[in-house]
Amino acid sequence: MSFVTRGFHGRRRDDDGRLPPGQHLTGDFPVLSAGPTPRIPLDEWELWVATEEGTRHTWSWAELMALAADEPTVDIHCVTSWSKLDTTWRGVSLDTILADVETAADYALVHSYGGYTTNLPLEDLLDGKAWVAYEFEGDDLHPEHGGPARLLVPHLYFWKSAKWVHGIELVLEDTPGFWEQLGYHDYGDPWREQRYQGD
Amino acid sequence: MQDKDSGEEPVGGAGLDGNVLAGPLSEVFAVDITTAVGRCRGCGASSAIATLRVHGPQPGLVGRCPGCDDVLLRIVRTPDAVWLDLGGLTSLRIPSAG
Amino acid sequence: MARAAIPGGLSARRAWRPARLLERRVETASASTLVLEVADWPGHLPGQHVDLRLTADDGYTATRSYSLSAPAEGDRVEVTVQRVPDGEVSTFLCDDLQLGDAALLRGPVGGWFVWRPEQPGPVLLVAGGSGVVPLMAMLRARPADGPPFRLVYSVRQPDDVIYRAELDALGRAEGVDVRYVFTRRGAGEDDGDERPPGRLRAADLDAAGWGPADAPTCYVCGPTGFVEAAATILAAAGHDPARIRTERFGPSGS
Ligand SMILES: Cc1cc2nc3c(=O)[nH]c(=O)nc-3n(C[C@H](O)[C@H](O)[C@H](O)COP(=O)(O)OP(=O)(O)OC[C@H]3O[C@@H](n4cnc5c(N)ncnc54)[C@H](O)[C@@H]3O)c2cc1C
Ligand SMILES: [Zn+2]
Repeated sequence: MSFVTRGFHGRRRDDDGRLPPGQHLTGDFPVLSAGPTPRIPLDEWELWVATEEGTRHTWSWAELMALAADEPTVDIHCVTSWSKLDTTWRGVSLDTILADVETAADYALVHSYGGYTTNLPLEDLLDGKAWVAYEFEGDDLHPEHGGPARLLVPHLYFWKSAKWVHGIELVLEDTPGFWEQLGYHDYGDPWREQRYQGD
Repeated sequence: MQDKDSGEEPVGGAGLDGNVLAGPLSEVFAVDITTAVGRCRGCGASSAIATLRVHGPQPGLVGRCPGCDDVLLRIVRTPDAVWLDLGGLTSLRIPSAG
Repeated sequence: MARAAIPGGLSARRAWRPARLLERRVETASASTLVLEVADWPGHLPGQHVDLRLTADDGYTATRSYSLSAPAEGDRVEVTVQRVPDGEVSTFLCDDLQLGDAALLRGPVGGWFVWRPEQPGPVLLVAGGSGVVPLMAMLRARPADGPPFRLVYSVRQPDDVIYRAELDALGRAEGVDVRYVFTRRGAGEDDGDERPPGRLRAADLDAAGWGPADAPTCYVCGPTGFVEAAATILAAAGHDPARIRTERFGPSGS
């Protein structure tokens, strides 16, 4: 970038060594969304997992609450270059949710209430790397931030952590989601700065 | 959240409208597309692009139908390309002189 | 003054190019007008905007839209920026951009929220906060013998009115009516302001000569919540939705 406006730094704080390249700390929690915020009554809420064979598993809100929960403390990294350190969440590990699901799929296409989708390899949802989260910093997850429940996959850019998560479609081939169809990276590793396709 | 100077409270949903697409679309089209009329594949309504409900600008701009909220268009700017999806539109009527 | 032709060589409008700060005028405690020099400015229509981009030395950029507030004078164009608390770009433009330094600019753009001087009929302008900026460009472009204009301008309190002296002068001119709506604190009855403070109401937009039958083209601009409320009032009063043009500045009420 050759053209610089002298003195402009943006609303950013210094890197403390824990940040992936090109990221900056933010104190607040910016809201990014591609559509209106869906409001889903808990008695209608449902999580589904569909396998490549067509088998469907579902969980009601009460059933989700009955599953053992974790309280991960993680750093999150948004592709728009802000990061937030040591965020605390409560949610159910995808290992628990997928424990009894039989599949040969290598990929997941995650679906949200409101129509958003995002894709990632199934293995990135397993081994304690991903949760269906319903509390943030000790409070119910606010609808603006994806409540009642969102996916949390902190080792990938945050657009993979789908807000208002509704279902997980297990597929044999990687199938681009809402932003991945439009130039964003299929994997999205912040440490390798995989923001856009080809990165 | 109370707004800063007009005394109105912001509403939920899209913060912007299609006027904000004028600059980004000027990178792609030779004429101003915000005055063009798009027809929604979902509900059939026709709307000037300037009247779409727009979310963004990050990670990308999403223009939704003012009638049914379906996604009509999306624009992502990467360092070396503009990605444009007009798939929610069945047609785009672009006014032209003469 | 206003140009009738559709302005702009295409290539000039679509490229990012430097806009150098020539002058900054403080308008209110929170708003300033920036006079920018842009080489080979193609001219513009009242209501059009530009995109401004700031770039840090590590390549980080921030881009925002700003309406042109006045007709161009050669290569000099004006924008008026309302400082938004903690706003990344508005605070830099109001406080930190140095005279002689430049931001990148793209534009003029936007062909929908514009007033064309050859367009027939009265013009009803409804502004919330900094939404007055493109409407001021329309008022400034109105010829002395132009169609009737009415501006209804909503702000929190009298001190927040941008362009106050010029608006008061314009409001005394033939064919122009300017009315302020204060949402938190009015000017007081001593100053002839009998309206109790509060949000824009149907009565604020209802005036003889400005009803649906008079068929004004309505331009509504400001923070998103304001624009939706005002457009709803106009439509409910019977104004043809096809004659209500809106421009939303964003959810934060900038
Ligand atoms: C077509 C157009 C024309 C415009 N013309 C003008 C003009 O003439 N004059 C003018 O002053 N402004 C104008 N604006 C607004 C301007 O583009 C900026 O939005 C404004 O200056 C704020 O930018 P910022 O970087 O200072 O604030 P930001 O740093 O972007 O944000 C400011 C504050 O708003 C909050 N905020 C931002 N986005 C959201 C959101 N989605 N939900 C809730 N809160 C949010 C942030 O949290 C922050 O507190 C125009 C906008 C458009 C679309
Ligand atoms: Zn529609």
